[in-house]
Amino acid sequence: MGQQAINGIFLGSIYALFAVGYTLVFGVLDILNLAHQAVFMLCAFTALAFVSGLRLHIALALPLAAIVGGLLGILLERLAFRPLRGRADSNISGLISSLAAATIFESFALQMWGPDVSRFPFGTFPDKPIHLGAATVSALQLTIVAIAIALMALLTGLLSVTPLGRQIRAVAESPRAARILGVDVDRVIAWSFFISSALGGAAGVLFGLAFNSVSPDIGRSIELKGLAVIILGGMGSVAGAVVAGFVLGIIEVFTVAQIGSSYRDAVSFGVLFLILLVRPRGLLGHSATREA
Amino acid sequence: MRVGRWGFLFAVAVSIAACKGGGGAADAGTPSTGGKTLKIGAALSLTGAAAVYGNTQKNGIQAATDAVNSSNTMGGVRIDVVVDDDASSKEQGINVFQKFINQDKVSVIIGPTLSTTATAADPLAQQAKVPVLAISNTAPTGITDIGDYIFRDSLTEAQVIPGAVKKAHQKLGFKTAAVLYGNDDVFTKAGYDVMKKALDSEGVQIVETQTFAKPDRDFNAQLTAIKGKNPGILVVSALADNAAAIVVQARQLGYTGPILGGNGFNSPAFIKNAGPAAEGVLVGTSWNSASNDQANAAFKEAMQKRGATADQFSAQAYSGVLILAEAVRKAGSKTGRDDVKAALAQVKDLDTPLGKFSFSDKRDAQHEPSVQQVKDGKFQILQ
Repeated sequence: MGQQAINGIFLGSIYALFAVGYTLVFGVLDILNLAHQAVFMLCAFTALAFVSGLRLHIALALPLAAIVGGLLGILLERLAFRPLRGRADSNISGLISSLAAATIFESFALQMWGPDVSRFPFGTFPDKPIHLGAATVSALQLTIVAIAIALMALLTGLLSVTPLGRQIRAVAESPRAARILGVDVDRVIAWSFFISSALGGAAGVLFGLAFNSVSPDIGRSIELKGLAVIILGGMGSVAGAVVAGFVLGIIEVFTVAQIGSSYRDAVSFGVLFLILLVRPRGLLGHSATREA
Repeated sequence: MRVGRWGFLFAVAVSIAACKGGGGAADAGTPSTGGKTLKIGAALSLTGAAAVYGNTQKNGIQAATDAVNSSNTMGGVRIDVVVDDDASSKEQGINVFQKFINQDKVSVIIGPTLSTTATAADPLAQQAKVPVLAISNTAPTGITDIGDYIFRDSLTEAQVIPGAVKKAHQKLGFKTAAVLYGNDDVFTKAGYDVMKKALDSEGVQIVETQTFAKPDRDFNAQLTAIKGKNPGILVVSALADNAAAIVVQARQLGYTGPILGGNGFNSPAFIKNAGPAAEGVLVGTSWNSASNDQANAAFKEAMQKRGATADQFSAQAYSGVLILAEAVRKAGSKTGRDDVKAALAQVKDLDTPLGKFSFSDKRDAQHEPSVQQVKDGKFQILQ
């Protein structure tokens, strides 16, 4: 039981870190960035290249890969979102162009690294098991949970106290009002993409480290889970995404343990469906009034 | 008009050459002995996705051809092999088969490398009544089902897994097992069905069954549940992509018991990605690399002489040529298509690198599979 709780928290921390970036862009732009999973995947490969190609220490490769992810986010915003902004149907066309960007990123990874599963070299991170009673947790898992929580705390702090954070929140509230008040909306959106993609990229690196597998399709499975997490947590709510990430991770793990692995997705998406029925704004989402 | 004349001249030239040469097509042969040749067409994937298998098969076939020709076991009949590339594709496979059947007029065809190509090309041979010996098709159904001219010397997964389970059970004596399999893939699901049946018939109690999907990377929940039941062995049916991650995570969670994998584990990439965690993992195989039987020793020596590595695919290819030679011997050195076909069915307990080889009633391979275990980063046969 204890071991399954650890598994759930561990999985949840990666879901949450992936989803906070996802939800941040949604909160600011009201657009789902479906290329988020591709950035997640490309950053895992980037860190892998840094570690095995350039022989960098993972402590250096992780932040560097996250920065690459952030830059990819800015690129994405310039190419896939900005040209469409202001059009009447920009929500749907943005969704589709982000899907196209995801396909391009995935094909790029296929060309560069092939379809096979790669892994970080052995000993990239000292893999010492720590025994807590009957349960086992590795130093790597603890570090991953710690990094994920630290990054999410950092984001919360950034959003609540820094000038940039205030501007992001202002744009999320109403881009037009923010612009009238003198906020450079394009710059704020670009920064949101940078932060979102850097966090998604960091999640990708941690995912690759945690499960010893990096391949062009690793973003696929987490994409739907991430979507479930941000709906569960309340669209656009960073705190909600964190809570929902852990909730989903734990639900999944205990479904496997108690009911059976074939029902894992059925139960987690069943919960999602239930939340949508009884609490459409999600666990910590704001009510829809401010959209007016 | 001019084209016609040139064409006529060309035809004359060719027919003169053909008359003069006698057995001229068999360029490596020595027609002066007046002996017959057994002409074999080998359709192998020398390029494309399966190129890695096709090239090792080619080595095996050539090594066996040399061995048979120098030993003269077929009563003066020499083997002449025409190798052609099926490019790992159905279309090219069909082209190559047509060329073998109509142009090269071979007595028998070896190949093609992939099961999918076989399903497209073999019907042509069946229709033209040309016997085919498959040397690497492992799809359980749909190969020898094509017709009575189609044979194979490669064991299917459904044949290898029960043998592997049986042998592992004898060696390790476990009483309970847990099974983990991918339930969204035809091959891993079929592998699971075979594993379950094999465990049941060995009287091993399955204490836990867990599933996963191909895109999954996290197997901790399933493996924790499995570990909680303390199984005597963990049996896994997974593609190569998932196999390494499953084994690594199982070891990280502190599972120390034995692990038996399906054919997905049967790749060097598995050992590379699982690293130290791969140690001790058991996988079924149709070729016993450690066997010191004379046929196997001769095969390994012949491959070494050619500077090629001996593996399961070259062993099956080498055995294929030995089987055809045996058939011709049984047919009284007759090399007609129907002679070969009729004699193939008679091949029984032939010594090959794969062990004592026979065909089943359905023209499928029958020989003892082996179990290999990862030791010091390499597959080694479990003795």
